[in-house]
Amino acid sequence: MKWFAIAVIAASLLLPPFLAGDFYINLASQILIAAIFALSLNLLVGFGGMTSLGHASYLGVAAYISALLTSRYGLGHGSAAVVSIAGTVAMAAIFGVIALRATGLGFLMITLALSQVLWGLAYRMSNVTNGDNGIAGLTRPAPFGISINSPASFYWFVLIVAAFAFLMMAIFVSSAFGSSLKGVRDQPRRMAALGFNPWLIRWITFIYAGFWGGVSGLLYVYYHKYIHPTSLSTTSSAEALLGVIAGGSGTMGGPVVGAAVVLLIKNYASAYVERWNMLLGLVFLFIVLVMPTGIVPGVSRLTAAIRRAPP
Amino acid sequence: MTAAASNLALEVINLKKAFGGLAVTQDVSLAVRPGERRLIIGPNGAGKTTLFNQISGDLRPNSGLIRLFGFDITQLPPYRRAHAGLSRTYQIITLFATDTLEHNVALGLLGLRSSRWQMWRPMSLYSDLAAEARRALDAVGLLHLAAHPISDIAYGERRRVELAVALAQKPRVLLLDEPLAGLSNTERSTVKSLIASIPRETTVIMIEHDMDTALDLAETVTLLNYGRVIVDGGRDAVIADELTREVYLGT
Amino acid sequence: MQFWIIQGLNSLSLGGLLFLLSSGFSLIFGLMRLANLTHGAFFMLGTYFAASAMRSYEGLDIWVTAIGAGVMVAAIGGLFERLVLSRLRANPLGQVLVTLGMSFIISDACLVLWGGDSIPVPTPQNLQAPTRFFGFVFPTYRLVLVGCAVAAAIVLYFLLERTRLGAMIRAGVDDSQMARAVGIPVSNLSTIVFCLGAGIAGAGGVLGGPILSAYPGLDADMLPLALIVVILGGIGSLLGAFVGSFIIGFIYTFGTALFPELAYIILFLPMIFVIAFRPQGLFGRVGA
Repeated sequence: MKWFAIAVIAASLLLPPFLAGDFYINLASQILIAAIFALSLNLLVGFGGMTSLGHASYLGVAAYISALLTSRYGLGHGSAAVVSIAGTVAMAAIFGVIALRATGLGFLMITLALSQVLWGLAYRMSNVTNGDNGIAGLTRPAPFGISINSPASFYWFVLIVAAFAFLMMAIFVSSAFGSSLKGVRDQPRRMAALGFNPWLIRWITFIYAGFWGGVSGLLYVYYHKYIHPTSLSTTSSAEALLGVIAGGSGTMGGPVVGAAVVLLIKNYASAYVERWNMLLGLVFLFIVLVMPTGIVPGVSRLTAAIRRAPP
Repeated sequence: MTAAASNLALEVINLKKAFGGLAVTQDVSLAVRPGERRLIIGPNGAGKTTLFNQISGDLRPNSGLIRLFGFDITQLPPYRRAHAGLSRTYQIITLFATDTLEHNVALGLLGLRSSRWQMWRPMSLYSDLAAEARRALDAVGLLHLAAHPISDIAYGERRRVELAVALAQKPRVLLLDEPLAGLSNTERSTVKSLIASIPRETTVIMIEHDMDTALDLAETVTLLNYGRVIVDGGRDAVIADELTREVYLGT
Repeated sequence: MQFWIIQGLNSLSLGGLLFLLSSGFSLIFGLMRLANLTHGAFFMLGTYFAASAMRSYEGLDIWVTAIGAGVMVAAIGGLFERLVLSRLRANPLGQVLVTLGMSFIISDACLVLWGGDSIPVPTPQNLQAPTRFFGFVFPTYRLVLVGCAVAAAIVLYFLLERTRLGAMIRAGVDDSQMARAVGIPVSNLSTIVFCLGAGIAGAGGVLGGPILSAYPGLDADMLPLALIVVILGGIGSLLGAFVGSFIIGFIYTFGTALFPELAYIILFLPMIFVIAFRPQGLFGRVGA
């Protein structure tokens, strides 16, 4: 059963460039990018117990730094990427110190407020960020001299990065540090009494989540070749949070499924339904009320029940 | 009771704590020698758990000093006290319900090791950690349940796991907060014999609210009431003391 | 000099508006431990309502409109609380998410009903003439707005401190478990407080209309300000919301006037300061 599932997943990841048209290959790329973003958020939400409504900050900041360095200052993509990620990580470290002064709802409000500040800056500092016009005409890098401008080549690039990201985050979560993170999520007082430093564990996780958020931001700006303040908005953070919760936080598969679902609805629904945000809001309500633990745990419960049922 | 200060396992000096107008710890002083078995008793609301919370660092006293083997820990956060050799169990069980017994104990072991910062190796690969966790479970008679989640096992067994987790760290001072609470008679004698078999390298300080249950485990007894030390000394002396009868007959 | 006076008055009127916005938010957070992310949308509903109503009916009194909008938004809030929020008492994260979802629904509904253009709200005719004072000219409406905020603060103060309902609310804010134990119907109180908060926000939206205009995204502009006010002033504290609103009003107005590009950072600074040195806010009693 397990091998079948793995085979299906492998097939759905490897086949698109061979079988599907450009539109679907691009969609698949977008799904993978959203998946990395959702997985990075889930490190905080699901495994760390810290619900953030400002994760888009890391995606947006990395994207903007890369966009500015390459288009305005003529930096090569390699160096631009390094500076973007370094800047994003530094910002995550600072934001983490501020946000971790609180927990629970206070933490949520602070992350929301911080990301709104960034959004406001991106919007208003037009001479730097071009404000509401965004920064267009960007280029994609050519890793090892290989062009990734075609949908298929870009897809392979994203797939490799996504696989690596998934692997790294999966190891992180199952490592000793990951276990201590989950422990701090569930029983912070007990963990402190056992010798763990809850604040430091949370802060490091916050930074690591910001790192992968930044990576997804780079992929995002490479894909779109354009960046706009909306990518930093609360809506962007909220879509990621919806994906994580809809798919099932606290698992590795959940955020991937959730991000895919959100993206697919966004792409298809917007063809039929003009007001995409309203639909998103209704989906939020539905999922929270009806399926609070998410799709992946729900489905695995269902398959377990089916397997247990007498033939 | 005068002893050379640095020879004491745990020293509490003039501890005071008040919540607004309510004084919960009033000038409490304790001197516990290494290897001692101390029982802290007192009626409900006497401030026993509050005292423990200040010793473990969950609560900050308003004034006073706490020393662990001569080392001033009054300003240290809880996790640093663990590294200094302090361990505790709780009145309310705070284990990780969805994790296995083995994982719970392994976490306890991890808390003092530098490997707790490792992010690039799955924890399941730490075979020595798992082996030591199983040994700790065996010592409390729960090895056969090692792979079960905590939510599966009985209350008395969970108390034993709490003990295993605390003992796994080989603490120098162990604080047991009502370790026998809510146990049936058979469970109670199991846990009592476990406590009795704790090696002398660990100093044990226990809270019990019911005087009779843990008396035979104690060598010295401290009686608290309204946040104050009323009587303090050898077990038999405290039992015989007038003041002890007053406090307990009065409730 | 004129510049400083005008900006000072603008600060006061913005502060007043922020109080109308954030007092409800603070109450809801204090009693229900809920960060109501729909609050900006409630405010915006009031503004759109005013824009529609006052342009359709010439000379419609702004006070009537404010009360009407307040009641309407309170009703919407009450329905939402009863049907959705009350089912999620055990799931605080879920509560926050549905308020976010609700804000999306409301803001898109406004787009559908009123379109994407900014709709100005007319200043009431009897308040259009400027006030002259010591040789300076003040827009009258802005002065009135400050008066409204003060009046609202006084009414809320009396409600909370001098009525039985207020006592029950305060008990619920301090310790909801204990309050339940002594028979205070915390669940019904939650509905009442949510309606009250939403209603004040809706009324505030109407009163803010002449200054802000109704436009898509008004909710997203107002919500972070409410958050910052409450973080600064302290959760569950009316005095905190009052003082915090005016502090933020001043900082935002002067900041935008003097350093337009950095206005958000300037807002940011008191928030960091508060979080670093006094996480419970200036007057907060309840921890975040």
